[in-house]
Amino acid sequence: MSKILINNGRIIDPANAADAIGALCIADGKILATNTPIADFTPDQTIDATGQIVCPGFIDLSVRLREPGQTQKATIKSETRAALSAGVTSLCLPPDTKPCIDSPAVVELIKDKAEAANYPQVFSIGALTQRLDGNELSSMLGLKQAGCIAVSNASAPLGNLLILRRAMEYASSHDLLLMYRANEAALSGKGCAHEGAMASLYGLPGIPVAAESIALAQALELAQLTGCRIHISQVSCKQSVIKIQQAKKYGLDVTADVAIHQLHLSENDIVPFDSHYHVIPPFRSDEDRHYLREGLLNGTLDAICSDHQPHDLDAKLGAFPETESGISALETLLPLTLKLAVSHKISLSNALANLTQKPATILGLQTGALTAGFTADVCIFDPELKWEINTQNWQSAGHNTPYWGQTLTGKVTHTLQRGRLLYTF
Amino acid sequence: MSRHIQLTEHGKLKHFLTIEGLDKALLTEILVTAESFAGVSEHQVKKVPLLRGKTIVNLFFENSTRTRTTFELAATRLSADVLSMNIATSATSKGESLLDTIHNLEAMHVDMFVVRHAISGAAHFIAQHTAPHISVINAGDGQHAHPTQAMLDMFTIRQYKKQFEGLKIAIVGDILHSRVARSQILALNTLGVSEVRVIAPKTLLPAHVKNMGVIPLYDMAEGLSDVDVVIMLRLQKERMNSAFLPSESEFFRCYGLTEAKLALAKSDAIVMHPGPINRGVEIASSVADGPQSVILQQVSNGIAVRMAIMTMTLGHQGGTS
Repeated sequence: MSKILINNGRIIDPANAADAIGALCIADGKILATNTPIADFTPDQTIDATGQIVCPGFIDLSVRLREPGQTQKATIKSETRAALSAGVTSLCLPPDTKPCIDSPAVVELIKDKAEAANYPQVFSIGALTQRLDGNELSSMLGLKQAGCIAVSNASAPLGNLLILRRAMEYASSHDLLLMYRANEAALSGKGCAHEGAMASLYGLPGIPVAAESIALAQALELAQLTGCRIHISQVSCKQSVIKIQQAKKYGLDVTADVAIHQLHLSENDIVPFDSHYHVIPPFRSDEDRHYLREGLLNGTLDAICSDHQPHDLDAKLGAFPETESGISALETLLPLTLKLAVSHKISLSNALANLTQKPATILGLQTGALTAGFTADVCIFDPELKWEINTQNWQSAGHNTPYWGQTLTGKVTHTLQRGRLLYTF
Repeated sequence: MSRHIQLTEHGKLKHFLTIEGLDKALLTEILVTAESFAGVSEHQVKKVPLLRGKTIVNLFFENSTRTRTTFELAATRLSADVLSMNIATSATSKGESLLDTIHNLEAMHVDMFVVRHAISGAAHFIAQHTAPHISVINAGDGQHAHPTQAMLDMFTIRQYKKQFEGLKIAIVGDILHSRVARSQILALNTLGVSEVRVIAPKTLLPAHVKNMGVIPLYDMAEGLSDVDVVIMLRLQKERMNSAFLPSESEFFRCYGLTEAKLALAKSDAIVMHPGPINRGVEIASSVADGPQSVILQQVSNGIAVRMAIMTMTLGHQGGTS
């Protein structure tokens, strides 16, 4: 395997508390050493990273690839390519593919396709219940052995609390992380927007914050009861942040993430009836957004994910409530994280930790850091480069983002995965 | 966006989708224009040639007799060619998408779509995707807006009360599911009434109704006290099935408009209802047919107001004598 030298970049490695201009040497797919050019290192390739930031590749906790089953929207190939262009070197695929990830065969299929695409590491999240029907437990151990990194029921509801209890007991018996999207379906109903001032004005069916916080409270209670390691996916409101903070304070083994767009947009930013703002959980109030940001700053929330959901044109072409929810968000992950760092005076190292070290810790992965000996998953980006979101600059098959046409700051220029330079801007 | 999409660069009406974003001057212009059309229906020849040669398509994705009929009459009296399509039972049930239906009709060179649809935002969506020369009038979209109904209600209030300043208005009933109420609230506040009250149990009020510029009240006695106008809303019977209300009889007891309750309002208060009414559910027959009721006048006014909005959106200002 080739030897690569990344020179003159500002190396930011949150896990090792490093932030300095230096050189990064890579050989045989591994990080050799940081900040110390090795005298006898003769690289096959040198990347000049002057003026750029060199950091661990990003780990995204929720990326829909739409394959298998919805290849009219996107494919493993198109979305892993988009992930690379966004600096993402590992991603977690929620189980709601078609067929869903409830058997080792589907895990194998995804693994094969991802390997054929030759792009980032795709970690399948196994279905918590068979067919995601919410009633019968899946063969979790088999899924784990096939390579699933966690289990989840995605956004499909569970039959009742007893199923959740049993699922937690079983998952924790096999040391499986349970990823949980908190939603009480009876309360969210057919809602398509935050039950707030905007939905009231426009007559849109609302989703109250309690639909999330009640389900969250129940899950935390059951995690306490069962000792299951639980990760709360994509929290959206103040009440959830408060509950997670309390649970952590009392020693519960819980982590949580937030989708990048939730940290930026609120119900007040929604252009009336523009389906690109249709996302679940919905954009909530300014106060909720404030708590999400605070939760991230004080460590209540452990990671930022893209919650990437690419759609075809037709899925978003209709009256708001009838369109499909979700945002194509991989490629805005870094620029919006940088924007947050600037607006909230967060150090780059702390901001990037939410995309690297912290999600790696949640998943128990030996990555997300530039530690010598670690797999060389590396992202190089230009923090000042302004780029417009348009068909030319966009990799994902899904063009469904409220940021379409806008100019963002910060662009990934190189992505290395397992020591291979796979993307150059 | 609502503000921009329905106005031309000169601030004239292009589409009529919602009251939101329209100023007092424009709403008043609609009322004044409608006044000039009010006489047309009483002429021996009930027609003016303002929209001769124009083709108007009523696209009703949701059934409605009254609204569709008054739109048809309004268009006919303006000498336009009118085609009414009840899409609820035709194309879309064959799997054709909303947009395909629109594009097919566009290809037939129409000038205006009058749209009713069960989903909030449908009229906006059509306005955004239709050919630039076509005007879209929202005849009711989901729970969002029913702006022509609101304007005919404003016309009726003005007819009886002369001015909006100083008026206290009570809207009673299922505000949560009512596109009529949402549009009325916006119009009343824009036209400068002094107070809009909404009276209903919390189950039938939007979560953030206070942000809409109204005073929510849960009790009729308190709510009707001293008001100039009482607007009753239709209560859909299916609300009983999803825990919004315990029973029709309890709703009538608490919120049904009876002569006794109406006596709490000002002695010259008028009673309005967008129809169709549920006698004995939200309103007693003696009130619906009583001297303070202007419910049928609302229906008559609907034609003149829709004539005004149609001519204004198609670029003809003013009425005829």
